[in-house]
Amino acid sequence: MSGERSLPVPSLGFSLWPRPTWPRVRLSPVTVSWLQVGPLALVLIALVALPALLFLAVSFFDYDRTGIYPAFLLDNYKELLTTPATYRVYVSSLRLALIVWAVTLFLGFNIAWFLVFHVRTAMARTVLFLLCAIPFWTSGIIRTIAWIPFLGRNGAFNQLLMALGVTHQPLEFLLFSDFAVIITYVHLFTLLMVGPIANSMAKIDPALIEAARDAGASRWRTMTNVVIPLSKTGIALGSILVFTQVMGDYFVVRQMSGGQSASIVSMLSTEIQAMQYPPAAANAMVLVVFVAVMVGFMMRVVDVRKELVK
Amino acid sequence: MMVGGTSVRPISASRPWTFYALGGLFAAYLLFLYGPMFVIYVLSFQGENGGVTFPMVGASTVWFKEILKPGQMANIPVAFGRSVSLAAIVSCVTVVFAVAAGLGFRRNFPGSGVVFYIAVASLVIPGLLVGFGIGLSFRFLGLDTGLFSSALGAQLTWTLPFGLFAMFAVVNRFNRAWEEAAADLGASPWQRLRHVTLPILLPGILGVAVGAFTLSYDEYARTTLTIGSLNTLPLELYALISSATSPTLFAIGTLTTAASFLIITMTLVLVFRMQRRRSLANLKV
Repeated sequence: MSGERSLPVPSLGFSLWPRPTWPRVRLSPVTVSWLQVGPLALVLIALVALPALLFLAVSFFDYDRTGIYPAFLLDNYKELLTTPATYRVYVSSLRLALIVWAVTLFLGFNIAWFLVFHVRTAMARTVLFLLCAIPFWTSGIIRTIAWIPFLGRNGAFNQLLMALGVTHQPLEFLLFSDFAVIITYVHLFTLLMVGPIANSMAKIDPALIEAARDAGASRWRTMTNVVIPLSKTGIALGSILVFTQVMGDYFVVRQMSGGQSASIVSMLSTEIQAMQYPPAAANAMVLVVFVAVMVGFMMRVVDVRKELVK
Repeated sequence: MMVGGTSVRPISASRPWTFYALGGLFAAYLLFLYGPMFVIYVLSFQGENGGVTFPMVGASTVWFKEILKPGQMANIPVAFGRSVSLAAIVSCVTVVFAVAAGLGFRRNFPGSGVVFYIAVASLVIPGLLVGFGIGLSFRFLGLDTGLFSSALGAQLTWTLPFGLFAMFAVVNRFNRAWEEAAADLGASPWQRLRHVTLPILLPGILGVAVGAFTLSYDEYARTTLTIGSLNTLPLELYALISSATSPTLFAIGTLTTAASFLIITMTLVLVFRMQRRRSLANLKV
């Protein structure tokens, strides 16, 4: 607890002692900030911003089976944007992303609410949160394929349903379907929603909620008029994380859809493996712009930056 | 409702119905989270002739021994060692850079917006594309990709923005009055940082370290195109899946979970002891 900390108090004589006499360089506050932020900024500029520019350049290049050649061609984009397969894969990814977003938002909001407002001791809250977090130490790859023996034809879930007499035949749609893909995403990404929302909610003064209740607001009104507006930063951050994770995924779709659907990035990785860098770069640029527009829209609704950096 | 009284809820107040509804949802979520995990815990003890699905054909610990054997497709222990050392470096770099940046962002400085949006971009651009960009850049510059060069950099593009955002949350809760008090008492900026700011922020900083370690340890998408020839554990696991599936993967999952539980329990015990000691020490003062 920070409140219990006591600061060392120098005795009066001590504070009158001369200070160390090496030449002191007075840095302006802005310079200090720049020095502090500099290393992070340099890494991200060198490894994200500059490669993105390279990408942009390569997306206009010419290529054949043996290599890529500097040029300024729009062919890569033209080809990409005139193929019906492109639209199909974007629509199906967007649909998945929306469904997963809705489910994880519902789960994440309610779980965060439970942890922050209903669990009374800090100890219990920590333990329950860790219970949610522990599976995340296991590789996402293993957590994805863990669903296969669970949902499969002879899987645990079907066995359970049949033992309970809910069905007589094993359900086939459980595995290698969009259903399996969505379940896996929700399993993988719900914590990304819980974390930011719980963080926002923890900052809400409980007296505010008490006040709303005293003023006669119902639970529902308290939630919609007090809690949701005050936790919108967390909601926005969680939404951005979940949305971009789904749009950028290629492992889960490949593994769980049974080859029925593709994702944008799996399409891209096929091109990369075939060393077709220019069309892959064009594809990547389109995806980056698409994601940027969606995220920009979300950040327009909630000014994440103003809320975060205070 | 009491009028005029202080509205401190007595600790024994009965729970509202929402508590039970949300508690039920939370329990269901835990069941959903651990359900498939339990299936793989059970299947990791599959008999020697069994496969990756039910039914169980006897029981054995063969698949745990299999982890340690360097196979044709994958060498798990070596890859694990690589993953852990890479994650340790990533975690250290992330803590230093992200904590510094988090403190720097407390002031408004020209260019802060640009840095903020680059951090957002590097968080939201699909991982494989970031790796693709870095791999492509290395190729253009004639550099070799490798574990502690390009792969390290690729993972930093994921952990640094994460660390920065986590630091925003940590720094937001920090009361600047502490720093002002220290300055008023004659502390130099360095003393202020060393004896006041960092100790108060320490729990949050540890959180960033653990988070960065976890993200790096499990990273796949950014690493796959930047790693060169030596695989980390997630890449080895991926290779294992694409070749022959065996319960070995499940055994790895079981081991990881057991290790996580052990580490977390030990940390919790340590933290609570530390807190008790601190409060006792404060009592004596």
